[in-house]
Amino acid sequence: MTTALSIARDVNAGERSASSVLAASLAIVAARNEELNVFLHVDHEGATAMAAAVDERVAQGLNAGPLAGVPIAIKDNMCQTGIPTTCSSRILDGWRPPYNATVIDRLIAAGAVPVGKTNLDEFAMGSSTETSAFGPTRNPLDPTRVPGGSSGGSAAAVAAGMTPLSLGSDTGGSIRQPAALCGVVGMKPTYGLVSRYGLIAFASSLDQIGPFAATVTDSALLLEVIAGHDPRDTTSLPEPSPVLVAHVNDGVAGKRIGLVRELVEGADEDVVNAVNSAAEALRAAGATIVELSIPELRLGLSAYYLIAPAEASSNLARYDGVRFGLRVNGDDVTAMMEATRTAGFGAEVKRRIMLGTYALSAGYFDAYYGQALKVRTLMIDAFRRAYDHVDLLLGATTPSVAFAFGAKSHDPMAMYLSDVFTIPTNLAGEAAISVPFATGEAGLPIGVQILGPGRSEAQLFAAARVLEIADGRP
Amino acid sequence: MAELTRSEVAYVAKLARLTLSDEELDLFTVQLGKILIHAQDMSALDLSELLPTAHPFGLVNVLRADEVRPSLDRDVVLAEAPDAHEGRFAVPRILGEAP
Amino acid sequence: MTLANGWEMVIGLEVHTELLTKSKLFCACENHFGSEPNTNTCPVCLGLPGSLPVLNEVAVDMAMRIGIALHCTIAPSTFHRKNYFYPDQSKDYQISQYDLPINSGGYLDLPDGTRISIERAHMEEDTGKSTHVGGSGRLAGASSSLVDYNRCGVPLVEIVSGPDIRSALQARAYAAELRGILIATGASDGRLEEGSMRFDANVSVRKANEAFGTRCEIKNLNSLRSLQRAIDYEALRQIKVLEAGGSIRQETRHWDENLGETSTLRVKEDADDYRYFREPDLVDLAPSDAWQVAVREALPPMPAARRTGLLAHIPEPTGPERDAVDVVVDLDLDDYALGAIAGGIAPALAIARASNEVAAGIENRANLSVDAFTATLTMEQSGALSATQAKTVLGDILESGGSPEEKAAQRGYEQLSLDSLATTVATFIEQNPDEWNRYREGDEKLAQFFIGLVMKATKGQANGKAVIAELQRRR
Repeated sequence: MTTALSIARDVNAGERSASSVLAASLAIVAARNEELNVFLHVDHEGATAMAAAVDERVAQGLNAGPLAGVPIAIKDNMCQTGIPTTCSSRILDGWRPPYNATVIDRLIAAGAVPVGKTNLDEFAMGSSTETSAFGPTRNPLDPTRVPGGSSGGSAAAVAAGMTPLSLGSDTGGSIRQPAALCGVVGMKPTYGLVSRYGLIAFASSLDQIGPFAATVTDSALLLEVIAGHDPRDTTSLPEPSPVLVAHVNDGVAGKRIGLVRELVEGADEDVVNAVNSAAEALRAAGATIVELSIPELRLGLSAYYLIAPAEASSNLARYDGVRFGLRVNGDDVTAMMEATRTAGFGAEVKRRIMLGTYALSAGYFDAYYGQALKVRTLMIDAFRRAYDHVDLLLGATTPSVAFAFGAKSHDPMAMYLSDVFTIPTNLAGEAAISVPFATGEAGLPIGVQILGPGRSEAQLFAAARVLEIADGRP
Repeated sequence: MAELTRSEVAYVAKLARLTLSDEELDLFTVQLGKILIHAQDMSALDLSELLPTAHPFGLVNVLRADEVRPSLDRDVVLAEAPDAHEGRFAVPRILGEAP
Repeated sequence: MTLANGWEMVIGLEVHTELLTKSKLFCACENHFGSEPNTNTCPVCLGLPGSLPVLNEVAVDMAMRIGIALHCTIAPSTFHRKNYFYPDQSKDYQISQYDLPINSGGYLDLPDGTRISIERAHMEEDTGKSTHVGGSGRLAGASSSLVDYNRCGVPLVEIVSGPDIRSALQARAYAAELRGILIATGASDGRLEEGSMRFDANVSVRKANEAFGTRCEIKNLNSLRSLQRAIDYEALRQIKVLEAGGSIRQETRHWDENLGETSTLRVKEDADDYRYFREPDLVDLAPSDAWQVAVREALPPMPAARRTGLLAHIPEPTGPERDAVDVVVDLDLDDYALGAIAGGIAPALAIARASNEVAAGIENRANLSVDAFTATLTMEQSGALSATQAKTVLGDILESGGSPEEKAAQRGYEQLSLDSLATTVATFIEQNPDEWNRYREGDEKLAQFFIGLVMKATKGQANGKAVIAELQRRR
C-alpha cells in the first residue's frame, strides 16, 4: 500500500485518480473484511461520490487538498451524517447521526475519502475489540489474535492495507495499544489538540481523536489536517493546527530522552529488549538517554479506573431509548429506560457504568473519584518534574505482543493491565506516540512508546521517525 | 475501606437504570470489589494538600457570542426517534415528577 | 395570616428565571417561547451522542447583572453535572453549578425594609417540556407523554433565599420585589404565565425560637397568588399534623390551584443521589474585574431606588400616592412620570396620570411618547384642558397616537377663551351675591358652587382650575 503522502501528491498531479485509489482500497476491503471484521459499515456510495468530487477538483486545475484522494477508515464512535454510527453497541444499532464530527469535515475539506466505519470495543471500553457487540476484529498479522483495542478496527484497517490512514480515539491507550499490536504508527495527541465535537464520549477529560498510519510521515500529515482549535469544543486548545510534517526529519540530536523504569516494568522480555534497542537507536542518532524513575506512574491504573468509568457513567446516561437508538418498551418510562439499557449495553459497558456510578455516589465521592482527581494532579506534577530534566520519555507501549482471543477477557483486571503504560499520558493530558520497533514472540510486532509534554507532537514524530528508519523503514 | 456489598451493587444498578440478574449481581459484586481493592493504594495516600486538576492546560473563560444559528430541521430530529407523535418525542407514561 | 398557638412558619424560596438571551445557554438554537415543538433543537440541546456545550457570554453577563442587583459576591465558578434520568432532560444530566456558583452571599430588601438573605444565584440549563396524554392531562393517570425540547438548554438563573421569610404575605412580597428586580436588570421578562419565572417554596413550621422543623418543598408555583395560598395552606397542614402528634415527612408536594391543597409528589427519603461532579466538557469561569465593573456600571436603577427617587418629588406622600408610585415602577412607566416632572408638571399629577391613564392603556404605550404625555399634562395644568378632558385625550393618544392638540380638536374641546370665562364667572357672581360674599370672606367650599355653575353652563368645557383662578382674581 502506498503512502498517503504519495497518493495525495499523485492525485493532485493528475497522475492517479481518486476513484482508482478508492477502487483499489475497496477491493482489499472486500477481500479481507469478512475474515477480519474490520469494517462495520462500508460507505460505497458516499466514498465514490467523494472520490469523484476530488477528481472533479483536480480536473478543474484546483488543488484538492493535502489528503487528496486518500481513503481513510473512521472508528465507529465518530459521527458522520447519514452513516450508521454504532460505537459497536446494540443500543445505537442503526442510528444515523444528523451531523458530522469536526474531524470528518476537516478530512473532507482536505480531500480525504472516508471509506467506512471500523469496529471497536463497545463504547471504546476495552483493549482487544472483543467487547464489540458485532464480533471481534482479527489481527491481520495473525487472525487468531486480537488487534488490540479499543480502536482495533482502525488499527487493523491500516495493518491489512485496506486504507493508508485511519482515525481512532485514545482514552487510556486505545490508539497506541492497537497500533503496537498491529505494527502500525498510532498517536494520542495533546488533550485539546483535536476537536472532540462529534466524538461519541467515553471519558470526556481523557478522550482524544488521533491518527493511525503505516508511516510516521503519514501520521503527521493526518494529524495536521484534523488538529487545531474548534469553537464547538470548549476544551480544544486555542491555537490553530501545528506544523508537523515539516519537522518529521528533524532528528533527535541533542535531545535528552528519559527511559522510564515504570514504563517497562512487568513487560515481557521481548518487549523490554525492543525498548532497550530503541534507546540504543536514539542514542546512535545523537540523543542522550537518561534512566528515570517516576514512581507516581504506578498509581495511574487505579486513578484511571475510577475517573474514566465515572465520566462514562454520566456520558452514557443519554442512551435511554427516548430520542434515538434502541428502545425496548416498558410499562412506564423508567421501566422502558431500564429495559433498553439492559438489553442494549454489553457486560463490560455495564460493569464500567456501575463502577463509575458507585465512585460518584453519595458517601463515596471523596474516597474514590475525588481522590483519583488528586492523583491526577500528582501525576501531572511528576511528569512536569521529569520534563525539567529531559525533553521526551521512552518506554513500552504494551506489556506484550498481541494476545490470543479469550486470553484476557475472563478477568477484567487482566485486561485493564494492558493499559498500564499508556494510561498516564491520558491522565496528564499530554502526548505520546507508538511506533513499531523490532518484533517479538512469533514474529509479532512490538510498539515502542515515546512520550512528551503537551504540544510536543513535532518532537514526538521526529523521534519516532528516527526509530522508524533504524527499524528498516526509511 | 469496607467491602462492596451486594445490596450496594443493587442500589447502584437502580441508579444507573440497569436490571441485573442474580448471577450478574453476584458476578459484578466480585469483579467490582476486586477493582476497588486496587483503588485502595490511592486512598492510602495523604493527598490533602493537592487540588484536583481542572483543565490540564488551564483553559478558562471559553465563551461564545450570543448568536442564533439555524437549528436542525424537525423532520431530521424526529427521523431517528423511536416513537414520535405530533412533532414530539413519545414515551411511555412518566411516573413521578422531575427532581 | 398570624398563626395560633405560638407557631411560626419558616420559608425559603427558590426562584428560577429564564434569561432573555437570543440563543440557548450552550448552543446557538433560538431561545424563544411558543415555537412549534422541536423546531429550536440541535445535537447539543438534544443531547445527541458526540455533542458538546459551549457557554453563552451574554448569559454570563445577565447572571452577573442579577448577582450585582442582589448584592451578591461574584466569584470564579465551575459548572457541575447533576445526574438524574428523566425524559425531558436530554442528556439525563443537567449542567448546573454546585459548590462554586457564580453569585453568592447577597440580600434583597423588601419594600417594608425587611432584609431577606440570598444564599446564591447560579446558572443552569432548563429542561424540555412534557405533555401528558390520556387521563386528565396531568401527570398522574396519563398513559404516555410527549416531549418537546425547545426549552431544553434555555439559560436559567436559580436564586435561593435563606430561610428568612416568616409569612406567606412576606413570601409574596419577596417574589414580587425579586420579579421587579429581575425585569429591571433586563435579564428576565418575569412572565409567570409563560413559565419564564417559577417559584419553589420550602415551608416548615416551628414554635418560636425552637430549631427549624422538617420542611416540605412545594414545586413550580407559577403565580404570586398561588405562592401565597400554597404557603398558607401548607403551614396550616403541617401545624395540624404536629398538633395531632404526628411528624412531618420531608417531601416534595404539588399545589392544586383548584382544590386549594398540596399533595405528596415524591418522598425525599428516596432522595436522588445526583452524583455531582465537575463538568469536564466546560472550563472554569472567572469574569474579569473589568467585566464585572462594566456590568455594574451598565445596570439601570433597581425598583427600590426608582421608588425612592419618585417619592422624593412628593413631600409627605399619602398612602394612595405611595401606591401610585409602586404602580409606576412596577409597570416600568417611570419615564413618563419623570419626563413630565422634568417638563414642569406637578409630581403628584404626573405620577397619578402615569399610574392610572397610561397604565390603563399600557399595551399601546408605544403610541404615547413622553413628550406627548408631558404636553397633555401641560395643557391640563394650565387650564386648557380639564382633568376629564386630559384623561380622555391620553386615552385617545394611546389608542391611535398623535398629539394632544389633535386629539383635543377631534374631541371638540375648545379652549374657552379666558375672556369668555371671565364673563361667565362674572355673571354667576352677580346672580349669587350671598354665596359670593361668603366666598370672599373665606368660605373656600363655595368655589365648588361657582365651578359647578360654570361647568353646567359651559357643558363641562371649562377648566376648574381656570375658574378658581378667576374667582381668586375677583376676590
